[in-house]
Amino acid sequence: MTTAAVADRPVALIDLLDRLLQGGVVITGDLVLSIADVDLVRIDLRAVIAPVAAAAVDAATQPQ
Amino acid sequence: MTHTDTATDTDVKTDFGTGIKTEVRAGVDAEIDDHVATDLKSDVPTDVTTGGKTDVGAGAKTDIVYAYAVLRRTPEAARAVADLRGVAGEPIRLLEFGDDAPDGTSGAAPDDAPDRPPALAAVVGPVPAADFDEASLRAGLEDLDWLEATARAHHAVVATLTGRGIAVLPLRLVTVYRDEDRVRQTLEARRDDFLPLLDRVTGHVELGVKIYAAPDNESPDPEPAKGLGVGRAYLAGRRRRKRSTEDAWQAATDTAARLRELAGTLAVDRVAFRPQSGELAGSAPGPNVSNDAYLVPEDRVGDFRTRVLAAAEGLPGVHVEVTGPWAPYSFSLPAEPVS
Repeated sequence: MTTAAVADRPVALIDLLDRLLQGGVVITGDLVLSIADVDLVRIDLRAVIAPVAAAAVDAATQPQ
Repeated sequence: MTHTDTATDTDVKTDFGTGIKTEVRAGVDAEIDDHVATDLKSDVPTDVTTGGKTDVGAGAKTDIVYAYAVLRRTPEAARAVADLRGVAGEPIRLLEFGDDAPDGTSGAAPDDAPDRPPALAAVVGPVPAADFDEASLRAGLEDLDWLEATARAHHAVVATLTGRGIAVLPLRLVTVYRDEDRVRQTLEARRDDFLPLLDRVTGHVELGVKIYAAPDNESPDPEPAKGLGVGRAYLAGRRRRKRSTEDAWQAATDTAARLRELAGTLAVDRVAFRPQSGELAGSAPGPNVSNDAYLVPEDRVGDFRTRVLAAAEGLPGVHVEVTGPWAPYSFSLPAEPVS
């Protein structure tokens, strides 16, 4: 896949989401009225992300 | 104190992310086969534009237009998108707009047209309407796998362009339009915003600076004094850790202020993001006290990184991370007064 070659270093998803959900040119598209409401998105994300990532966080923060 | 830049730090940090990514990519590829492969280049049927919003999702095979970025229309840009694939695996192309040619053509104008502002183009790709209508997007944005795959694919398109030295204004995630005419109309209306923004980011990249309070939990507790009972030893340990956390927080906020000042002398602009928290912050070394983005001239990137990291060198309880270079995601909004 062409795009794989260009990611010359791994990018943390959270840094990417900061930029893609809070930055970027905001233009009202035809279908994104509700999505342009960043706070809504972030709240939804917080709710969703918790169960998925909890295990990873626990593993990372446990002193070995 | 520890500090790293992304090259080393993300090895750990993205274990979680890359694990997901692999699975997600497979899912996206499957979708591509289902929806996109058949009709990649055709324009969206015009009757879609005349209907109400609810028409968009009507046919599973109907494509709508996903827009990734705005840039100057140049031969380099055209070459750069030639082999690119987007969020639905769709081929990417340039959609021209903002052409003030007196004859009114919006098609290919001479590249060397004199005395006219540079022609602009949007980087777009056709995506299946059924996967990007409002209901699908709402569901998708609550699905971390979908969100990650889409964000990374969007980013890959943008990063390919900036990787070739092409100045872009990235658009926000999932900016979609019913058809290409709608993209043109909308972007034409903002043309006067885009030109100065493009000028400002040309020759610049975005760098992220994240500062963490990193209490030193790794140094082993001193051997408990022989005379202390279990309870008192526990309390002493807890006090020590609390002090360490408070010291680290103070050191990190002090450092953040100093680095902001230093970085301000090297960058042309700064945007402050909310400090990162929550589960996606993953293996962060401690609480994130500041999360800033800087617009930095390309030829100062190395200097910026070196000096920012050096300024925090040797500070206990502070962890500094520099990320990027990024496309100017955080500097694609109309300029705000510099604080």
